[in-house]
Amino acid sequence: MMTTLAQAGFPAAMHQLTLAHYLFISGAMFMLGLIGFLTRRNLIIMFLCTELMFQAAGLALVAFSRFHMNMTGQSFVIFIVTVAAAEAAMALALVVLLFRKRESLDAAEWQEMKG
Amino acid sequence: MLTSDSLLTLGAATAAKAPIIAGDPLALLIPAMPILGVIICTLCAIFGVRNKFPAFATVLCLAVAFGVAAKVFLGHTGDVRITTGFEWMSLAWGEEPGQRLIADFSLYLDSLTILWMLFVTGLATLIALYASEYMSHDVGLGYCRFFAAFNLFVFSMACLVMGDNMLLLFLGWEGVGLCSYLLIGYFYKKPSAVAAAKKAFIMNRIGDVGLILGVMLTFIHFGSIEYREIFAACQPYIEMAKAGKFSEIPAIVQLIPILLAVGAFGKSAQLPLYVWLPDAMEGPTPVSALIHAATMVTAGVYLVARTYPLFLLSEYALPIVAWTGALTALLAATIGMAQFDIKRIMAYSTVSQLGYMFAGLGVLTSTGAAFHVVTHAFFKALLFLSCGAIMHGFAGQLDLRKLSGVGFMKGWGIVGLGMAVGCANLAGIPFTAGYFSKDMILAEAFVTPGMAPIGWILLLTAGMTAYYTFRVFFRVVVGPMHYEPGDELHAHDDHAHGDHAHGDHAHADHRHDHAHDHGHDTHARADAHGHGDFHPHAPGWAINTVLATLSVLSIVAAGLYFAKSPYEGGLAKGGAVPGMVERSSAAFETPFSHHAAGEPTASIKEGGHEGADGTTPAHGSLAAPSFVPTAIAKSHGAAAHAGSFFGYDPHKAMYYVSGVVGFVGIFIAFILHYAGRRQAATARADALLPAVGPVAKWAQNKWYVDELYDFLFRYPLWFLSHGFHLFDKLAIDGLVRLFGGIPRFIGGMVRPTQSGELHGYAAGMAAGVAVLLFLVFMLTMR
Repeated sequence: MMTTLAQAGFPAAMHQLTLAHYLFISGAMFMLGLIGFLTRRNLIIMFLCTELMFQAAGLALVAFSRFHMNMTGQSFVIFIVTVAAAEAAMALALVVLLFRKRESLDAAEWQEMKG
Repeated sequence: MLTSDSLLTLGAATAAKAPIIAGDPLALLIPAMPILGVIICTLCAIFGVRNKFPAFATVLCLAVAFGVAAKVFLGHTGDVRITTGFEWMSLAWGEEPGQRLIADFSLYLDSLTILWMLFVTGLATLIALYASEYMSHDVGLGYCRFFAAFNLFVFSMACLVMGDNMLLLFLGWEGVGLCSYLLIGYFYKKPSAVAAAKKAFIMNRIGDVGLILGVMLTFIHFGSIEYREIFAACQPYIEMAKAGKFSEIPAIVQLIPILLAVGAFGKSAQLPLYVWLPDAMEGPTPVSALIHAATMVTAGVYLVARTYPLFLLSEYALPIVAWTGALTALLAATIGMAQFDIKRIMAYSTVSQLGYMFAGLGVLTSTGAAFHVVTHAFFKALLFLSCGAIMHGFAGQLDLRKLSGVGFMKGWGIVGLGMAVGCANLAGIPFTAGYFSKDMILAEAFVTPGMAPIGWILLLTAGMTAYYTFRVFFRVVVGPMHYEPGDELHAHDDHAHGDHAHGDHAHADHRHDHAHDHGHDTHARADAHGHGDFHPHAPGWAINTVLATLSVLSIVAAGLYFAKSPYEGGLAKGGAVPGMVERSSAAFETPFSHHAAGEPTASIKEGGHEGADGTTPAHGSLAAPSFVPTAIAKSHGAAAHAGSFFGYDPHKAMYYVSGVVGFVGIFIAFILHYAGRRQAATARADALLPAVGPVAKWAQNKWYVDELYDFLFRYPLWFLSHGFHLFDKLAIDGLVRLFGGIPRFIGGMVRPTQSGELHGYAAGMAAGVAVLLFLVFMLTMR
């Protein structure tokens, strides 16, 4: 693949695009999502961060699939995205219900399961 | 712990054992009839019978038992017979003789047993008849309960007396203790009665430790707890003791009688375990008469008499018994002199007379002691029943400062006669039964060398006995008529009594026109007609019949002294009762004490040597020197030496001396309590009170023995028990609570993680994943 890219005339840095780069991106995305989930209090933003974590995982899978020339990873990602979408619908429905109870999107409102 | 010596002994003994003569199987009815009585009374209680039927059923059952006892007596020829009942305990864990425990429900019928059962069943019948009227206030459930316990008591006493092994004796022993508890605590709503019942039971149990240890040691050493085997195995030891070689008798054998004696002291209220008996007067009077005068308390005397061969093997057992008896007699007499409650005086008198019996056993006159048991049973029961009749009729009044002249009141003649006969016997007026039996013991105390101090103590006690007995008689039975009802008046009478108590003072105030002594006289005269609307309730036919019968029997009992022994060839002087006792294991002078069960009666060798000072040949004349423990006395009745009373033969001297002592006591009582007495409350004795002041107070407070026991035992135990309670609560419970607290503590530490915050959980998850990753990373990098 690298020879193909070189023949296409891309700059040298792009020739050295290894698996590590993609995994780095995936990791960074995941961390951002995690940190966002842990620090934000708005339910919708928290959900957005979970979606981000999903995508990071999907990216990692696609990267592995491309670099090992194995279709399994990519087909797995299709499933993941589908499930993520369905789950998004569920989660947003729950958020709407929660909002109706407390008129607020603050996650800190819900502490009744304490102890 | 069977040594080879003792096994050898046992082997020889079993080989030499003669076949058992079977006794009359009808004798099994004697314990069986009271059991039938128990069943009948229980059924009455279940079916709610509300009349006097249980009482009469009891009287009938006990009368049948007495009839059977009489029949067995008539058919008895002086040897030992064993009636087998059923196999109760038969355990064997080996082949040798010492590895079997056999205790059958069998009856050991020798003359001592029959003598005891005759008076136990006879008195029980009479007292049951008395109780039928006495307890009539309680007809219904209480009545049935009383008679059920009464019957159970007679059954237990029968087991105790008639059992052929020590385990059956122990069963009876505990049974009588139980029934005593049930009957003393009959008025269970009264705290003092409940306390007295507990006290009696617990003090009995303290003595029982000695008894149990004695029985266990007997089994360990002799390999058996059946009397015939024990007596057979004692033979070699008896030979040793005859020769004076006490050091060769094993220490265990010498210890057994001392332990048995401790048990006897508990049951028969001797020092130091006597304090329960006066308190036991909280029970109804028939109970006091039967149990605490005639039967249960004589169980200790019976135990010593039955196991007398064992007592003769020990150097110290009989002196211990004698001295305990004498000191108890003296102590109880001094307390009795200062009490005001007539039942309590009689209780202390019982303790004192029991002391006489033990002293008699200790000075080697088991015949005299048994005779005293029989006569005492009759006259003490008579005295208690008379006191009970007074209590019953005067609504519970027993204070001799509040009753006077009862014998002269209408309808009370027989009670007065009963008291007179009883008091005469107790004080030992010449030619009464009590006089003869007491004399036998007193005389023997002077005959047996080394026991003279005991004789003097008993003589002094006899004087005191005469004094306090006639103090009661002169205050209560004769004199100016006066009475005050007691505390048991019914509700409406209480008001009348209360009113009168106020009216009493008003009475004195209002009669200003009368001089004071007139005031007293009118008081007395007016009182003879009663306070308010209280009238004394004269006894009915049942009580009068029983009192009259007992009076007659007590008088007739004197004739027993002159009657011939029912068996041929008796040696002991003293008439029929000693004649019976000497044929049993209780006698030591005659060949019969070595009598294994079933041997044909041996003929008597009249070895006959009179003592230098004319002791009668009836005592201990055998061809061989009489067997007597050397520590106690040299050969009793033999030529060597016999005790004397200032040079005179004690037996003859005592006739006069005890008579004189008795009359002195009666005379003092007369002067102090009858002469010149015009009212119930005071007598000349009160004038002397300041002179003896503190001593009388101490005697009245029972020499503070109860307080001493409180100090020695109760308070230390109270502290100990509270200490243990605190230890249990703090240390042990604390330890348990500590163990319970650990999970709770850990939970408390972990609980903050369940904060309910979503972010917290998320952070936890993230941290967990991080840790796992780290671990995986570290492990795979290896």
